[in-house]
Amino acid sequence: MSRVVERATLERELAADALKTAEKGHYLPVRAGKRKLNRTWLLAAAVVLLLVAGILLGSYTVTVPDFVTIVTAHLTGGEKIPGASFIVMEAKLPRVIMGLMIGVAFGLSGALFQTMLRNPLASPDVIGISNGASASAVLAIVVFGASGAAVSAAALFGALAVALLIYLISRGGSLRGASGRNGNAAGNRLVLAGVGFAAALGALVSFLMTRADIRTAAEALIWLNGSLNPATWERIGVLLLALCVLLPLTAVLAKPLRMLELGDDTAAGLGIRVGAVRLGLVLAAVALAAVATAAAGPVSFVAFLAGPIARRFTGKPSLPASALTGAAIVLAADYFAYNVAPMLLDGTVLPAGVVTGALGSPFLLWLLATSNRKDS
Amino acid sequence: MARLSARDLTLQYEQRRVIEGLRTEIPEGKVTMIVGANGCGKSTLLRGLSRLLKPSGGAVTLDGKDIRSRPAKELARTLGLLPQHPVAPDGITVRDLVGRGRYPHQGFFRNWSHGDSSPHDLAVRHALEVTATTELAGRNVDELSGGQRQRVWIAMALAQETELLLLDEPTTYLDLAHQVEVLDLVTDLNRRRGTTVVIVLHDLNLAARYADHVIAMKDGAIVAEGSGSEVITEELVRTVFGLESRVVPDPVSGTPLVVPIGRHHYPHAHAAHDRAAQDRAAQDHAHAAQDHAAQTHAHAAHTAEPALEIAS
Repeated sequence: MSRVVERATLERELAADALKTAEKGHYLPVRAGKRKLNRTWLLAAAVVLLLVAGILLGSYTVTVPDFVTIVTAHLTGGEKIPGASFIVMEAKLPRVIMGLMIGVAFGLSGALFQTMLRNPLASPDVIGISNGASASAVLAIVVFGASGAAVSAAALFGALAVALLIYLISRGGSLRGASGRNGNAAGNRLVLAGVGFAAALGALVSFLMTRADIRTAAEALIWLNGSLNPATWERIGVLLLALCVLLPLTAVLAKPLRMLELGDDTAAGLGIRVGAVRLGLVLAAVALAAVATAAAGPVSFVAFLAGPIARRFTGKPSLPASALTGAAIVLAADYFAYNVAPMLLDGTVLPAGVVTGALGSPFLLWLLATSNRKDS
Repeated sequence: MARLSARDLTLQYEQRRVIEGLRTEIPEGKVTMIVGANGCGKSTLLRGLSRLLKPSGGAVTLDGKDIRSRPAKELARTLGLLPQHPVAPDGITVRDLVGRGRYPHQGFFRNWSHGDSSPHDLAVRHALEVTATTELAGRNVDELSGGQRQRVWIAMALAQETELLLLDEPTTYLDLAHQVEVLDLVTDLNRRRGTTVVIVLHDLNLAARYADHVIAMKDGAIVAEGSGSEVITEELVRTVFGLESRVVPDPVSGTPLVVPIGRHHYPHAHAAHDRAAQDRAAQDHAHAAQDHAAQTHAHAAHTAEPALEIAS
């Protein structure tokens, strides 16, 4: 009987509380997303700028009117500018477009892995997928004398095979039990299995390199560094086809991924089919890394860097921002390697992968240092 | 009068069977609390009821239909869940977290229906208001205290606007004041919206006070079911926890209040003392082994089984 009285009092108090909060105007009408959206646009602007710089500047500069003339001439079959047409259409343009595409693919792949496994180390170049591509490609070059598209195919195959192996190994044991009590256990297993594979595959690459004759080894080494030198329109076509499938797939999975961040149980409670979504995400992330590696070689650390940089820049994890950051890293690294480095190094052109690798290591150390500080 | 019920439900992790052939009905529009010792299978039952664990036998039905036969998103509009250890992503704001509770109600193109008067915004705003977290909306979840964080998670579950809500030990790690606050909040929800609530709870006294219906479990089976005063007795505390106790009327609510009797406070009767001590030693042993089994995985089952035999 006292319960009725209690309830009445309670409701009155609740109503009063609600009124108070309303009066204080605490609804925060400003959406926190606004600023972040602008930051993402800023990244997009940076990518466009780098694209323009890559095309117009460098050792052979092109003016904007010339560029327009060249492109319209190419499209309509009009009169070409001798020399300039060839350099823009066959060297500069494919180079930046492929840079944009592999940057987006690497950036997305890394961010997907890192978010899904809740581990900043879980990018395809750390968990052995890039190493799988490398080992397979070097094997094709050194043992079978492959070149061009065959190397790309081998790299693609290697990346997918290693990803499958890692996935199967990390699934072994009690994944279901693990997802209940400790959702991170499965992710950590996957990272550990991947690091193990990366070491073994690295050894395989070294072994093959020591056995190869010097010219083949040099060829393999160029591929291993990862660069935009092999950019051609055919390659871009293949890459475009792959991205046309993978980008929509990623877009569809982006929202369920947000829910997965809350833990497997919470996500399931919100109506996510955790197993199916996770499999789809793994497939998308692996395929993105694999096609990008097949096209340009393992441009090191782009996948690893893009997510965390995008996150610090925009303030929250964001897939579009990660993709744009990936593209910006690749384009900036390639511009530096192709145009700036020769001035500093007596004309030596560096592969983009050397620049990203040189950036990646200090960043890894910095990330480790700051994340430790945050935890303690 | 039950929408959610378990029919001959068998639940297991890998090889370890936790619950076998369990039948129960969750009374509609009531607050049901599941109590029992550590490792008795109460959380496992909740996982089964909330489709986190696929039954290896029997089924959980909602309105007579197997919950497994429904699309996950559609089910999530009726049956909400707050797990024991939800994970807040780094740097997420309270508003964003609570907003994610709207996922099952959103189509693919969610941005089309934005605006302050959209049903999603209203639901989020209301959830924040009811849980008194409106003022925290712009803050990062990792900056909050334990009590505030738990309120935010409950707000997320509220934003889901389900007719049934299952909560797994929502008061763990909270101090007494916050425990009471959380249970008050859930009771409000039940009384005001008619939400059917199922809670796994450790505290018998709070369970007795807040529950309309109590389910007591031991070794994966239901040993007693009914109103708090029917279920929570000295006899039950002895059976379920292996603990001697006095059960007196709660001076505040009149519901049963369990006053445990430890070894050092045994009143008289040495014979009873010895008997209880022996019982307890055997029970402790079994529970310790079961706890262990619950934390680790399949291999732990082998160690738990012999211990169970000692207990029985």
